[in-house]
Amino acid sequence: MKVALTKARFSENFLKTDQIDDHLKRNLEELLAYGISAGADFVEIFIENIDSIAFLAEQDTVTSVNPSIGKGVGIRVFLGNKDGFVSTNDFSEQGLKFALDQALGMLGLERNSISKYSFNGLNVINDYGKAKSGYLSLCPSLKESTNKVLEATSLLQKHGPHISVRRGSYSKTFQEVIVASSDGTYGRDLRLYQSIGLNVLALDKQYRSSIGRRIGSAGKPNTLLDWDAEATAKEINESAEKMLYAKYVSAGQMPAVLANKFGGVIFHEACGHLLETTQIERGTTPFEQKLNQQIANKAVTAVDEGLTDGAFGSISMDDEGMETQKTVLIENGILKQFLSDRAGELRTGHNRTGSGRRQSYAFAAASRMRNTYIEKGPYDPNELIESIDNGIYCKSMGGGSVGATGQFNFSVEEGYLIKNGKLTDPVKGATLIGEAKEVMPRISMCANDLDLAAGFCGSISGNINVTVGQPHIKVDSITVGGR
Amino acid sequence: MTMSNNESLISEQNLRDKLTKLSNEIKIKKWDLGASIGKDTSVQIDKGEPKQIKASQKSSITIRVWNKENAVGITSTSDLSEAGLRKALNSAFSASEFANKLESPNFSKLSQNALPNLQRPIGQSLGVKKLLAYLIEAESKLLDKHNSIKSIPYNGFAESKYERVYINSDGAFRHMESTQASLYLYARAEEEGRKPRSSGSIKLAYAADDINIEECINEAAEKTLRHLNYQPIKTNKYLICFKPEAFLDLLTSFSNIYNARSIIDGISLSNKNSIGEQISSNIMSLSDEGLHKDNFGACTFDGEGTPTQNITLIDSGILKNLIHSEATARIFGCNPTGHAGIGAKVSVSPDWPVIYKTKGETAKYPDLQFQHTKEEFVLVENLHALHAGIKSSQGSFSLPFDGWLVKNGEQISIESATIAGDIKNLLKNIIQIEDDNQSTHQGVCPHIWVDELAVTGDA
Repeated sequence: MKVALTKARFSENFLKTDQIDDHLKRNLEELLAYGISAGADFVEIFIENIDSIAFLAEQDTVTSVNPSIGKGVGIRVFLGNKDGFVSTNDFSEQGLKFALDQALGMLGLERNSISKYSFNGLNVINDYGKAKSGYLSLCPSLKESTNKVLEATSLLQKHGPHISVRRGSYSKTFQEVIVASSDGTYGRDLRLYQSIGLNVLALDKQYRSSIGRRIGSAGKPNTLLDWDAEATAKEINESAEKMLYAKYVSAGQMPAVLANKFGGVIFHEACGHLLETTQIERGTTPFEQKLNQQIANKAVTAVDEGLTDGAFGSISMDDEGMETQKTVLIENGILKQFLSDRAGELRTGHNRTGSGRRQSYAFAAASRMRNTYIEKGPYDPNELIESIDNGIYCKSMGGGSVGATGQFNFSVEEGYLIKNGKLTDPVKGATLIGEAKEVMPRISMCANDLDLAAGFCGSISGNINVTVGQPHIKVDSITVGGR
Repeated sequence: MTMSNNESLISEQNLRDKLTKLSNEIKIKKWDLGASIGKDTSVQIDKGEPKQIKASQKSSITIRVWNKENAVGITSTSDLSEAGLRKALNSAFSASEFANKLESPNFSKLSQNALPNLQRPIGQSLGVKKLLAYLIEAESKLLDKHNSIKSIPYNGFAESKYERVYINSDGAFRHMESTQASLYLYARAEEEGRKPRSSGSIKLAYAADDINIEECINEAAEKTLRHLNYQPIKTNKYLICFKPEAFLDLLTSFSNIYNARSIIDGISLSNKNSIGEQISSNIMSLSDEGLHKDNFGACTFDGEGTPTQNITLIDSGILKNLIHSEATARIFGCNPTGHAGIGAKVSVSPDWPVIYKTKGETAKYPDLQFQHTKEEFVLVENLHALHAGIKSSQGSFSLPFDGWLVKNGEQISIESATIAGDIKNLLKNIIQIEDDNQSTHQGVCPHIWVDELAVTGDA
C-alpha cells in the first residue's frame, strides 16, 4: 500500500531529547522520500547516540577516567552499483537536508519535491532495544567498577615477583541506533559493550616480558562484577614469569599447535577477511571462484555468527537493520558462504548475511565478521602435542595482519617448543607467516575444547567488536619467523 | 559539493562565551577545552566507476574541569550545542571525583606564549566531481603501465579542512585552520603461475590540485613491477639497509625511548637518568620538528596550548632531551615541549622525526651506498604489521617486510620474509648513514645501514 507523505515538521533540534526511537519516524520518512523522489534507487539513514566511559588503573591508582558522549547521522544513497555516503553531527533540519543533498549530489542527483508515489513508507519498527532499556542502570557504578579493576591490579602484584608495571583498563559503551531505509527497513537497537584489559611488564635485569589479556562482552551488565580477576591475574603472571627468561626462537618451517580462544585470530585475519564480499569487490581474495570447493582440510568447519549469548561480537541486528544469523563459512573444508552486506549483495550477488557492520555513524557499513570460529573436533588437546616430534606450541597469540596479496603474519605472545610430543622450553620472538590458501589445508587436527576470546577488528568500516575462537588446532607445517 | 575555503567551521568566540557562561552557572572556576572541527570528502573507484564517495562534517570537543581539590575531570563530546556542552561540563565535573590525586595536570605555563609563525597555504577544494575524474584517470594510467597490473584494489583521493582550537579559563585562546589532500594508489600485479604482488604510493599536499598525481602513479607502478620477479630468501643474518620510510616506521614505534610520559610510567626503554647516555651510534642524530616545511599536518600548538617547537632529541648518539607535556615537564623540572594531547592523564607523542647523519662524525663503513655497494645486503623498503610485531616496552621486533636481496648491484625482490631484532642493539649497530635525507609523509630520513639482523624466509 502506498503511503501519502507530506512534509513532517522537524523539531528545532532533530534529536533534542537525545532519544532515538519511533518518534523520529515521520522525519525519517520525509528524508527517505526526498531521496527516492530525487531518483535514488535506495536510501538508508543510520542514527547513533553513544554514551561511553573508559578508565585506566596503573599500579594501585586510577590515573584516567574518560567519559564520552556523542551522536551523529550517516546517510547512504545508492544509484545502481554506486553509492554516496555522508555523515554529520548536525541534527538540525537544515543540517540533515544538506547531508542528504550532498549524498544525492555525489551521484548526480538533486532533491526535488516529494513524490508520494515513490516511497511506501517505513515498516512498523522492529525494536530489538525494547528489552534492553534497563541495561545501563544494571551496570555497576563507576565507584564499584574502579574498585574491581584496582583489586585486579593489586592481585597482579600478589602473584608476580618480577612484575614492574601493572595496568588495568575498563570501557563501557552504550550505543543506541536506528536504521531506516527506503525499502521499509526500520530497526532500533540498544547495545551494551564492556571490555576489561589487564597487562603486565615483568623486569629482571636485562630481561623483559609483557603479557596481556582482554575480556569482553555484549549485553551483559554484570560482566565486570562476575569477572574472576584473581584467575586472570594468576594466568597473566604465570605467563609473564615463564616468558621473562625465554630464549628467542630459531626461525624455520615446522608443525605448530595453536591454542584455543585467541588462537582463532589467525583464522579471523588470514581466512575470515578473505570471505568478506568487500574482498571480492576488490579482487583481493583467492577464494572468489571457490564456492562449494575444498579450500581447507576436511577437519575444518568454520562459522561466523552474531548469536552467542554475551559474546563480544554478538548483535541483534546488523547496522543495516537485518536480523543477525549463523553463517556457516566452511563445512568439512568446503567453502559454503561469503559474508555479505547490502553493497556486497548488490555488487557480487552473494546474499546478505546480517554482516553489515560499522564502527559508528561516520562509516558506511561493510561486510564484517561477528563471532568467528573453527568448530571443535574429536581430539583431546594433548593428542595434538603428542603427534609432533619437533615443533612449536603457540599458547597465546599477539596481533597480526593480512596483506593485499593474502599473506598473513602473527606474533606469538607466549610460545613453547615441542620436543618428542612434549612441551619444553618457553620461546619468544616467534612470528607465524603464511598464506591462507596454503595453510588452511594443513590444519589436520582440531581438539574438543572450543573457546572464544574478545577482540577489536579494524577494517574498511572502522573498529568493531568481534569474537575470535577455535579449539586447539594442529597445523602440519608453517613458517616461523625468529632470530 | 565544494568546500567553502574562506568560511570558518566554528566560531571560537562563541564557543568561549558559551563555556564561560555555562561554567559560571555550574560554578566551575577552572576549565579548558580542545576542539577539532572538520570537513572531509573522499572518493574511491573501481575499474573506472565510482565505488564509494564519502563526506563528513565532524566536531569533537574535549573539556577538562578542575574541582575544588584541584582534581581534573574530563569529557569528550561531539555535541556543540549549549545543551551538549552543559552535559559535557557536568559529566567532566562528576568524573573529577575519580581523578588521580597523585598527579594532576595543570595549564601549560606556555599556553599564552606567542605561537610560531607558520605560513601554510589554505588549499582550495576541488569537490567530488574533479576528485573522481582525477582518480579515474590515475587508475587508468596505472593499469596501462604494465599488462601484469590487473587492478588497483586500494585507492582514494581525499581533501579535508580542519580547525583546531584550545581555550582555557585563564584566557588562553588558540586557533588554527589547515587543509590537507591525499592520494593513494596500491596496485596488484599478477603473472601466470606466480603469486600476486602488491605495492603502492601515497602523496600529500595542502590542496588536491597540488598533489603530484603522475609521481604517485609512477611510484606505485615502479614499486609493484619491481617486486614481480621475486625469489624466496634463505633464513640467515644479513647486512641490512633500511630505506627512509622503513627506518622511520621502526624508530617511531620505539619513541618511548625519548618520551617522558613513558619513562614515568615505567614502560620506556630509557629511565629518568638516561639523558646524557649514548643510546645509538654516534653517527646518528635525531630531532623532532613539528614545524618542518614538509609536515603537512603541522599545528602551531599542542593539546595543552603549548607552542609547537623543534627539539633535538639525540645528538651524536647521545640522548639530549625528552618530549614533554605540562605534567611530565613539571616532574622533570623543565618546560613543556609542545607534544601533549589533552586528557585527565595527558599523552605525549612525537610530531615529525628528522633523522640525520651527525656532522663531523665518520661512519664505521662510510663506503656503503645502497645504489653502488657490491657486497650482499638486504634492502628493506616497507615494514608491515607494526601493531603486532613490535614489543615496544621490551625493545624487540619481528616484522614482515617488502624488500630486495642485493647481490653485486642486482636487486632480487624477496618473496616473503620477516626481519627481527632488538632496537637498542640496532641503534648501536648503525654502521653507515647516507647523505640522501628524504622527506616522506611521516618524517625525514636517509638510507641507514645496520650490521647483522635476522631475516626469516621461505627458502
